[in-house]
Amino acid sequence: MGEAIAFYFIAACILGFAVLVISTKDTVHSVLFLVLDFLFVAALYVLLGAAFLAAIQILVYAGGIVVLYLFVVMLVNLKRPPEAHSDPHRQTRLGFGMAAAVIVELGAVALYSTGKPVVPLASAATAAIPVSGNTEQVGWLLYTSYLIPFEIASMLLLVAMIGAIVLAKREL
Amino acid sequence: MITSTHYMFLSAALFMIGVIGVMVRRNIIIIFMSIELILNAVNINLVAFSAQLQNGIGQVFAIFVIAVAAAEAAVGLGIILAFYRNKETVNIDEMNLMRW
Repeated sequence: MGEAIAFYFIAACILGFAVLVISTKDTVHSVLFLVLDFLFVAALYVLLGAAFLAAIQILVYAGGIVVLYLFVVMLVNLKRPPEAHSDPHRQTRLGFGMAAAVIVELGAVALYSTGKPVVPLASAATAAIPVSGNTEQVGWLLYTSYLIPFEIASMLLLVAMIGAIVLAKREL
Repeated sequence: MITSTHYMFLSAALFMIGVIGVMVRRNIIIIFMSIELILNAVNINLVAFSAQLQNGIGQVFAIFVIAVAAAEAAVGLGIILAFYRNKETVNIDEMNLMRW
């Protein structure tokens, strides 16, 4: 019961703040609503028992990425409102139609799958993990089975860092 | 009783809000924030399945998604700054330099 109340409260906050992010006129307010949205997603991770991921979410998203967005919003001086100029070739109606099609598709998949019993996949991969606890489990997987993807991710971050510096620098 | 179906519905709703934000808004910074919302919806799905299957692999992939999102935000915002320096706009309808 308590879990259900917590889930519905957090879900309502996530969706409400997400709607505010995309509907607010002021871009700075939009970024601040994005912070709240990320914090509630972190709360949802705690509810799911993924404590390490919740900490990562707060550190990387709510701490790092949002500050980056805020810097760009402050650096980009919006003298005229960006929504003022509108492209006559913009296919708004087609876009909404396709979004409605995707919603119908997702709803059909969800309705099809709700009646089915949940199949517990007690896989062999978890049986081999000799540690308990969320952070230990994630760390064990990252440094054994997923070591090469982990290194590739670190290389990707290095390349992105260099690329961002090259793009944002006035002249090299 | 909260099952993983509830989490999937939440994830789908958040995904759709992000897609609508990408298609409706013209401010490119808000479009980037909508993309972050979409990536968060994917992460919720991964973690929900990870909890349902009692398997930590979903959380590992969520960490990879967060790393890619950080890289995407850094490069994308660098592109926005470089573009703003040239054309003094963040309106996506005016970003048609490479459109034929």
